[in-house]
Amino acid sequence: MPAPDRATLARREDIVARLRAVVSGEGVIADAHALAAYECDGLTAYRAMPLAVVLPSTTAEVGRVLTACRELGVKVVPRGAGTSLSGGALPLEDGVVLGLGKFNRILDIDLDNRCVVAQPGVANLAITQAVEHAGFYYAPDPSSQIACSIGGNVAENSGGVHCLKYGVTTNNLLGLEVVLMTGEVLRLGGKHFDADGYDLLGLLTGSEGLLGVITEVTVRILRKPDTARALLLGFPSSEAAGRCVAEVIAAGIIPGGMEMMDNPAIRAAEDFAGAGYPREAGALLIVELDGAAVEVDHLTRRVEAIARDCGVTELRVSASEEERLKFWSGRKSAFPAVGRISPDYFCMDGTIPRKQLSKVLARMQELSSEYGLRVANVFHAGDGNLHPLILYDANVPGELDRAERFGADILKLCVEVGGVLTGEHGVGVEKRDLMGTMFTEIDLQQQQRVKCAFDPDGLLNPGKVFPVLHRCAELGRVHVHRGAMRFPDLPRF
Amino acid sequence: MTGRLRPADAAELREIVRAALEDDEPLEIVSGATKRGLGRPPQGTPLDLARLEGLVSYEPEELILRARAATPMVAIESWLKQAGQNLAFEPPDLGPFYDLPAGRQTIGGVIATNLSGPRRIKAGAARDHFLGFSAVNGRGEDFKAGGHVVKNVTGYDLCKLLAGSYGTLAILTEVTLKALPAPEDVRTLALAGLSASDAVRAMGRAFASPFDTSAAAHVPANLAARLGGLAGQSWTFVRFEGPEQALRAATDEVARDLAAYGAAEILDAAASAAPWRAVRDIVPLFPADGSCVWRASVPPARAAEAVAAITARLGVEWYLDWAGGRIWLRVLDEGADGGAEIVRGAVGAFGGHAVLMRASDAVRLKTAPLNPGSAGALALSRRIKQSFDPKALFNRGRMYDGV
Ligand SMILES: Cc1cc2nc3c(=O)[nH]c(=O)nc-3n(C[C@H](O)[C@H](O)[C@H](O)COP(=O)(O)OP(=O)(O)OC[C@H]3O[C@@H](n4cnc5c(N)ncnc54)[C@H](O)[C@@H]3O)c2cc1C
Repeated sequence: MPAPDRATLARREDIVARLRAVVSGEGVIADAHALAAYECDGLTAYRAMPLAVVLPSTTAEVGRVLTACRELGVKVVPRGAGTSLSGGALPLEDGVVLGLGKFNRILDIDLDNRCVVAQPGVANLAITQAVEHAGFYYAPDPSSQIACSIGGNVAENSGGVHCLKYGVTTNNLLGLEVVLMTGEVLRLGGKHFDADGYDLLGLLTGSEGLLGVITEVTVRILRKPDTARALLLGFPSSEAAGRCVAEVIAAGIIPGGMEMMDNPAIRAAEDFAGAGYPREAGALLIVELDGAAVEVDHLTRRVEAIARDCGVTELRVSASEEERLKFWSGRKSAFPAVGRISPDYFCMDGTIPRKQLSKVLARMQELSSEYGLRVANVFHAGDGNLHPLILYDANVPGELDRAERFGADILKLCVEVGGVLTGEHGVGVEKRDLMGTMFTEIDLQQQQRVKCAFDPDGLLNPGKVFPVLHRCAELGRVHVHRGAMRFPDLPRF
Repeated sequence: MTGRLRPADAAELREIVRAALEDDEPLEIVSGATKRGLGRPPQGTPLDLARLEGLVSYEPEELILRARAATPMVAIESWLKQAGQNLAFEPPDLGPFYDLPAGRQTIGGVIATNLSGPRRIKAGAARDHFLGFSAVNGRGEDFKAGGHVVKNVTGYDLCKLLAGSYGTLAILTEVTLKALPAPEDVRTLALAGLSASDAVRAMGRAFASPFDTSAAAHVPANLAARLGGLAGQSWTFVRFEGPEQALRAATDEVARDLAAYGAAEILDAAASAAPWRAVRDIVPLFPADGSCVWRASVPPARAAEAVAAITARLGVEWYLDWAGGRIWLRVLDEGADGGAEIVRGAVGAFGGHAVLMRASDAVRLKTAPLNPGSAGALALSRRIKQSFDPKALFNRGRMYDGV
């Protein structure tokens, strides 16, 4: 991170006083002990103590906080539940953390229009819980769904195991209220579809807290399918499992979920959850089919046939809801399971074209021996989103550093084979310095000019996403290209 | 201007933009030239992208298709069809609506206007299937965003911003799309004679059923004749897509659930095609006489109220798509503003918005076809335009004055 600004640190007391004046009640935390709770997010390897934490409880207060910070020239880091795995909510020592924890109410459940309006601090799962009595649910389901906030989901454009069929956050979002760094409040979308101007809603989704502070979210809800059934498929190798995934999709089937685990992940999950996974399998697939009962029956038969053709060695179909949940229990606890076999781990998040899977896994094994660190893989197989878990021990000198380098090599590999640095966790600080492997300097400057349109002073969550910070004035200059025309024959005006 | 601007490739395009930048020469970005009737009237020297066409790569198993931006939609649709896939947002072909031939539009035009058809309610709009692009910005720089995989959050989602930007931010040269398996089979449940409010309730019920409802539309009696073979009464359609067994269960059970609205007819795949194509391509509001047509987006359950509020004050023909979420309106007595005040007032009361899809140049200049929304949103839109195209060279004023 950029070195903290001394002058700002020296003004700390004034800043805190100013914030106290605009936020009611217990809205400002300045005591070192209490601040410690905010020093990191889900990427615990990186920590920093913020100048202060401010917890507004209304949109107007958020506006006043941002206005005050802009006037004071103080940086702001928005924070939802702090589960980001890319360090998106990592505090700045010379910045204020703006926590949305007090925005914790569901404002409107509109079953007729099949949507829910919620404040950003509401947990993802709470939305489904609010509508399940009527047979509805909110589709994007990150594994962190009991904890992560819907505002954080919007900021990260989070996914989940059901997103190949039902989409990620951006595909399930109808409206936002957002406060810009200027203090201005914008309402975008609503309970209807699609913008009639620039799709600012789409742009803000996945903007990692760099463009505005989200203060209200409207999401669409879907009717829960009648039947959901999971197939547990063991294969001798990741190649065979990968082939099965490709064949299922080639057959025109988009399963509700299609997850893969490699052998180290299978063992860790099985030891932790006792889900009944075949510990010797080279790779495990969980394929979930959902819909009307007849449709699920029909698709189950087809997926079974495809799995057999691909050399499945273990094939089980859930016969009850209890069994379906048991099949999932291992996968859903893959992170804590790995946490048990290693003091620390990094969860990586690249996406690759699926056909590159075996190449990527093989290379990852080589890297694993080169770096002397174990790796276990869980994989949203349907959409090619890979989560390698790198196991390390931060107390062993040098291991954190090796783990970081190993992770960077994996992500570079993802880009090399035609994929991307992050499928759902965001760039944050974690992948910031790798942006150049995917984008040119011009690509990144164009993105930063968009940021300048929202936040000309660069005060909102700076130091995340972009490896090099440019001043907006410098980015705004237009250099008219004169000199030799490369195509002298082209018509001029 | 000397000669036509028809770059052969992205490099030539970039040089043209650089020359335009130097000469301060506004450009009208065209490829199929089928959507000049949409938005505010085009200005500037036509820059014809037609030669930037062709498939870059298509990998059905990866669900990824890459094509140059001016590739005709008919070509894209035929490649997809050969692999049993489609673009799930069901892009309409509005050529005939603008009194032009069908089959001319390009993928770049569809993305730039974020057009989508009846399946949008289930599967999303063009924006939701647009994964990556290469483009030239108003500084004459090549840049890219997004990626070539179906799941990606690396950097800002500029795809969303470019979709529906009417060519005002950057000139797309290549696009990456998400291709999905086409449905195995189709059935439509058709209910005759419902009022608008009953139709809205019935369509809402169908979407609250546990079946894979992929579209729902309502066409009143006066327009039913334009659906081909159906006339005399209003028709309410609910479409299901999937394997045949599932469709039988869906139509049976939903028909039973909607029994209070009358006996349903079941249309098979062949019989379903014509009405859905008509709904998609605005055929119920033909002929293509240049009259004012609006497309309103409202919370679906409020559609009948919104229509009633409009018809009380303005002579219109209308029909509903997206289970009521989209209202198509043709204004019979346009007045000076094409009915803008009444239409926008009525849908605005329910939090929705309306886009003027077709009108004379005079009305399009007087009435903002796209509503900039609040002053704050307009100011931000101007800053965004500037961040891509600082001299406003591309499709100047096509969205709003100056944007
Ligand atoms: C065990 C575990 C499992 C996970 N599984 C998944 C998964 O399956 N899929 C997935 O996609 N992610 C997953 N994640 C990552 C994480 O949960 C998501 O990124 C989540 O959306 C973050 O939400 P949050 O409320 O915790 O946000 P935070 O961590 O607080 O913040 C994340 C980012 O959003 C910004 N932000 C937060 N709230 C706002 C707001 N209101 N306005 C503007 N900006 C804001 C922050 O500045 C930061 O940049 C997992 C994390 C953990 C720890």
